[in-house]
Amino acid sequence: MATSFTTSMARNIFFGGSLFFFLLFLALTFDTNQKLPKRDNSQNITAQVAHGKRIWETRNCIGCHTLLGEGAYFAPELGNVYVRRGPEFIKAWIKAQPTGAPGRRQMPQFNLTDQELDDLVAFLKYASEINTNKWPPNIEG
Amino acid sequence: MQYKSQAVAKPYFIAAIGLFVGQILFGLIMGLQYVIGDFMFPAIPFNVARMVHTNLLIVWLLFGFMGAAYYLVPEESETELFSPKLAMTMFWIFLVAGALTIVGYLAVPYAALAQMTGNDLLPTMGREFLEQPTITKIGIVVVALAFLFNIGMTVLKGRKTAISLVLVLGLLGLAVFFLFSFYNPENLVKDKYYWWWVVHLWVEGVWELILGAILAFVLIKVTGVDREVIEKWLYVIITMTLITGIIGTGHHYYWIGTPEYWQVWGSVFSALEPIPFFMLTIFAFNMVNKRRREHPNKAAVLWALGTGVMAFLGAGVWGFMHTLAPVNYYTHGTQITAAHGHMAFYGAYVMVVLTIISYAMPVLRGRAANSDKAQVVEMWSFWLMTVAMVFITLFLTGAGILQTWLQRMGDHPMSFMDTQAQVAIFYWLREGAGLVFMIGLATFVTSFFIKGETKAS
Repeated sequence: MATSFTTSMARNIFFGGSLFFFLLFLALTFDTNQKLPKRDNSQNITAQVAHGKRIWETRNCIGCHTLLGEGAYFAPELGNVYVRRGPEFIKAWIKAQPTGAPGRRQMPQFNLTDQELDDLVAFLKYASEINTNKWPPNIEG
Repeated sequence: MQYKSQAVAKPYFIAAIGLFVGQILFGLIMGLQYVIGDFMFPAIPFNVARMVHTNLLIVWLLFGFMGAAYYLVPEESETELFSPKLAMTMFWIFLVAGALTIVGYLAVPYAALAQMTGNDLLPTMGREFLEQPTITKIGIVVVALAFLFNIGMTVLKGRKTAISLVLVLGLLGLAVFFLFSFYNPENLVKDKYYWWWVVHLWVEGVWELILGAILAFVLIKVTGVDREVIEKWLYVIITMTLITGIIGTGHHYYWIGTPEYWQVWGSVFSALEPIPFFMLTIFAFNMVNKRRREHPNKAAVLWALGTGVMAFLGAGVWGFMHTLAPVNYYTHGTQITAAHGHMAFYGAYVMVVLTIISYAMPVLRGRAANSDKAQVVEMWSFWLMTVAMVFITLFLTGAGILQTWLQRMGDHPMSFMDTQAQVAIFYWLREGAGLVFMIGLATFVTSFFIKGETKAS
């Protein structure tokens, strides 16, 4: 690199540039937080939904499934599973695991109570009503 | 070895390699579960294998980064490490805490682990890559703070170079952004939004500073090029990294409930993210071409060049492939993501840690370089692992393209599981490439035990 371009100039550009874009990121984050209530379905976060989220987390569902496209790619997307399958199917499915079908991917049995199943379904319903800019492209997720 | 205290890097590097072997072992188990669904079920369900695979990766890379810092900071600062004793204490704490966490994953159901570790008090578990019990997360923070204190004090009492400044900035950012792992709101959108402040701002932000600093250090050592030149390159590269990468976080904010404008911000800035990686490649090759000395450690030079190329391919090219919002709409959360993740992590972070290990371990063992025989074996391991990773990536990309087509496009989309059955051949091929990777890793480990005439320091 040209000798007229010194290390301290490079360092200053680094600090200035990074700081500028980090502040811009903070500004966008602030704006996003302002706009979220219209999109994130937070008005429907009940105690039941919050408890459902804990069930979701402590059973490590994300270790196999995706939720709004994030997670593991081993098992179906669950952000829209409430729409795809409906509440009763979801509960029956979880209770019936593992299928034990030879060679098929297996889901563990979590021994959830009826209350816990309802909470989990409430969480999945809440998740399915978040405005995701029309993602996924179709019902299959 | 110029400073006695650099020796603390050695156990860090050895632990890193050991955990790396464990990571790949669990990778092979998961790879097989993709095609033989009930393999090892219920002893090791897929989600457990995946936690172990990804958490081991993170932990061994952190061991590698810390080892690198303990090795290079005394040399850069031209002084002994502030406290080798603290470094060794933290080594054992981190190793034992890490091992206990992995044992916890494997020995008890995840829900029981959450209960045992008091997750209810401060729920942070059950989010991808942040599965560690809250108490482990607190342990990570403690280790990181002690480590930063140790490194910071060393830098303060000695010579201040651009490399140590950039390294410390990267490590500081690593610690600061990890704090967001303790924020887990009930609002799923906010949860996801700030989850990326750990994950994205680590791997496409501050970790790249660490990567740049380590690579710059090794290049100075093996090429003898003027520090002035290398430091300028380093600054320009990390400037581009943060200018593109910070707003580039937006490419994760397309479909998680955040406003539409992120599709524009995220697409534009993340489309520029390959630039710093391309510069990294140019940088590595340029410096080696302009070398003023022939360093006897040829293997380390190979790893350094490989880091540039593979980081550009994995993070740059494979990242760009699915980063534009209209493309990502169809590929989000498919095997395309997995393909990118594998090559990017290998090319950028695995390889840079192996670069510093390759350079520093012979010195830590009292020689400038290993025997030619040992180096040839090490270079074989380079090619076996790197070529295997290229094929793992290509097969996953094949699976991802087909999956996107069958499941996301067309008038009669297939279900997820039906699609998986259609792409199974790619998973089999990926598992084969994974086995070759394991052979490559075994070769790498073997290279440490090969005798022969070593090069004097």
